[in-house]
Amino acid sequence: MTKQEMVDLFRQKAELVSAKVIPIASMKDAYAYAIDACVNKEACQLLISGCGEAISDTAGALCEQKPAPRIVAAPQLKDKELKAFTKLTEERGIQVLTQGMRQHLAGIDVAFTTCDYGIAETGSIVIDSASEELRLATMIAEVHVAVLRLKDLVHMAYDVEQQLDARMKKAPSYMAFITGASRTADIERVLAIGVHGPLELHILLLED
Amino acid sequence: MQTAQTLEQYKAELRDSLDNEFLRKTLDNFAVAYRTGRENAFKGIDLPGLIAEIAAAKDDSVARLDELYAEFKKNAEAIGIHVHMARTALEANEIIARIAEENNCKTIVKSKSMTAEETLLNHHLEDKGLHVTETDLGEWIIQLRHEGPSHMVMPAIHLSRYQVADLFSQVTKKDQDSDIQKLVKVARRELRVKYAEADMGISGGNFAIADSATIGLVTNEGNARLVTTLPRVHVALLGLDKLTPTLHDALRVLRALPRNATGQQITSYATWITGPNECGACEDNKKIMHVVFLDNGRRALAKDPDFKQVLRCVRCGACANVCPVYRMVGGHKYGHIYIGAIGLILTYFFHGREKAKHLVQNCINCQSCKAICPAGIDLPRLIKEIHARIQNEEGHPMQGQLLGMMMKNRKLFHGLLRAANWAQRPFVGKGQTGGRFIRHLPMVFAKDQDFRALPAVAETPFRDLWEKGLKQEINPKPGQHASMKVALFSGCVHDFVYPEQFVAAAKAMAGKNAQIDYPMQQSCCGLPLQMMGELPAARDVALQNLLAMDPAEYDYIVTSCASCASHLKHNYPKLLEDRPDLAFKATQFAEKVIDFSSFVHDVLKVAPKTGAGKKVTYHAPCHLCRGLDVREAPRALISASGNEYVPCAEEEVCCGFGGTYGMKFAEISNTLLQKKLDNIVASGASVIVTDCPGCVMQIRGGMEKRQGQKVEVKHIAELLG
Repeated sequence: MTKQEMVDLFRQKAELVSAKVIPIASMKDAYAYAIDACVNKEACQLLISGCGEAISDTAGALCEQKPAPRIVAAPQLKDKELKAFTKLTEERGIQVLTQGMRQHLAGIDVAFTTCDYGIAETGSIVIDSASEELRLATMIAEVHVAVLRLKDLVHMAYDVEQQLDARMKKAPSYMAFITGASRTADIERVLAIGVHGPLELHILLLED
Repeated sequence: MQTAQTLEQYKAELRDSLDNEFLRKTLDNFAVAYRTGRENAFKGIDLPGLIAEIAAAKDDSVARLDELYAEFKKNAEAIGIHVHMARTALEANEIIARIAEENNCKTIVKSKSMTAEETLLNHHLEDKGLHVTETDLGEWIIQLRHEGPSHMVMPAIHLSRYQVADLFSQVTKKDQDSDIQKLVKVARRELRVKYAEADMGISGGNFAIADSATIGLVTNEGNARLVTTLPRVHVALLGLDKLTPTLHDALRVLRALPRNATGQQITSYATWITGPNECGACEDNKKIMHVVFLDNGRRALAKDPDFKQVLRCVRCGACANVCPVYRMVGGHKYGHIYIGAIGLILTYFFHGREKAKHLVQNCINCQSCKAICPAGIDLPRLIKEIHARIQNEEGHPMQGQLLGMMMKNRKLFHGLLRAANWAQRPFVGKGQTGGRFIRHLPMVFAKDQDFRALPAVAETPFRDLWEKGLKQEINPKPGQHASMKVALFSGCVHDFVYPEQFVAAAKAMAGKNAQIDYPMQQSCCGLPLQMMGELPAARDVALQNLLAMDPAEYDYIVTSCASCASHLKHNYPKLLEDRPDLAFKATQFAEKVIDFSSFVHDVLKVAPKTGAGKKVTYHAPCHLCRGLDVREAPRALISASGNEYVPCAEEEVCCGFGGTYGMKFAEISNTLLQKKLDNIVASGASVIVTDCPGCVMQIRGGMEKRQGQKVEVKHIAELLG
């Protein structure tokens, strides 16, 4: 399978489960994309059908802990990268978090992460989530923006089996295959997105 | 949850389900949508190859459960996981309650686990004063309703949005809209607080990978990730059968599990947890992690030569998705805790004979589950085997014993059938849909059989017609060269009820230089006995038939009854397994069995005709399309007969006959039949043909009783005359 065929397959399968796949040229573009995604979404997307709903008083109380500004969690960014990213977010009035996700369980707007691998056959991304901050960010964010380097895209899960196995054998390890947004069909088999995790998944394909 | 005390009670419960319109419609829609979804999901994958690989790998794991457990435990303990082995359900529950106590846990969030359902874990923990919240949406809903799951993958499939809205209104103390998208968001917000507060998270596990001590979890909602991340303590509860040697084995099952379960390429999340990870809720920032393995009979099951294959099950739930009976009655009537075909079997092993004994009788033996199982488990046969075991334990009912005694004695059995011809004479009349019927049922037949007209026993059975000249008529004349030698196997229905169909079948084979025999010592194939759990009698008749025709003498053994064909081919070697001296002959026999359509179309290659050009539709007998994987030949024969084949919706769905099943579960049989008749009439055909006299009996009997438009019902052989 050629690289292009693999990209096409990945896109096709990811889009089938309503993920967005966007080619980008550099990390700088990725930053810009994540920030735009945050600005362009509603401050609390669940307002559409979450906070606005008649939830119990206890559940509502958790929501009230949510601070006013928009938040992007970027737990993997360090030093120079973080500085560059923060500079861009400040201009747009967005708060950046790299830690303390447990204080934001009511939800954050965007999680900005990188991926370790992409699996074309199922349109999945693989993220080594041993870091609790990273793991939580990808669960409590309403939108997950993830950068996948083309060199890390493989055809089948079997193709990264050895690498995954090696990571698992350096415990502790928490490996996540993520395919599309969180979903359920538990009521009348009607598909509903965003039952516990993100409502959207955007995968940024970064040319090598 | 199935708790009926008597078969009559169970039937009354089934009636309630049949009257539940919402349930029926939901399951109908699902059954149809699932087929397409699954087919698309497996496109480009060598499915039979994958099934064979999974079956072989699981068999290998099951053969060395103890070894894999020891390996997992050693690797797990080296990285700080506490590993427990629970011999029974109670022991597992006690271990988990103790972990809660030792770690001062009061509140628990759970992600979906069938194993925890098996042990009724929640009840135990709640009795200990612990507060448990299910976080899978469907599980949360049924927990709030104090119900068990009605499907292994979609536990709340039996409920409507209105019922959920009412429930959520009670929970939130606010009025809730019945909009599903909104309800899901309400659940999201309500459950998020539960994760935030919980001390302990309990998950199940789809895989326990021995060489790295990794737990694999397959979910769509992502709740398992929060359950295993936020609380201080994580306990994973898994059946021992989830042990697998390497990541490769798990990835292999993952190729089939979501595709087969819901038609998804993969679930939204597949999570692999190895050891205690970072946890901000713990003082040392390190999760407290326990893995509890449940035996509860699995180690003993692994040693049962026949039933060990049950442990291959990956809990995809597909055997329910395709089951025509599940589709009619839903999961609460088709399983105790485990649902579907696998559920009927597991109920006997995990929850006991009392819970299983009515359920196992409710299998119509259509083979749909066997055809869909990603691990290649021979579910229908094992269900019948459980039925037999329960009867061995509790005593066989008089009916089955009598049937067994009668059928073992061919002369007696055939004598009774001949006598029936005389006894029924005052009641017999000609039908509008083909054949002769018993017009006014004698009192011995129950009233609930009234949904179909019953055929009359023929005046002259096939065996007499054969002797009286048919044999000479269709065989090559003396001196003519015979290119092959064929034995006919009629089965009782073609011999005594519809001999004209078998005459037509025999005539269709004539003129091709085949030497055709009808060995007179043949008897019933024995499938009705197997269906009633009378295995020793089924063995006896199998032996009689094997001795009646030496397979070494014939090139083919042809039968025009799909059920006989599938039984002779697949069950005879199994039934005669304990006779090593006959193993060769039984296998040779099975290998030479062929169904009528395949024989005429593929072997004899009858010449196509141009004919009346009627519109003819087809019903695919369960035992032909799935039992023998024959799909092309009969449809091609319709065209070859000079008629126009018109497709019918759900051609491969069971007509509801199932031999003695229709007698026992008349209402389900009738519901299946009515659906079949509706589809046949809607096809626009003037004739419906099929490959099995049992299906003819059911469909013709129903069509005869039907008001309004009627379609002629024939055996496919009758089309070729």
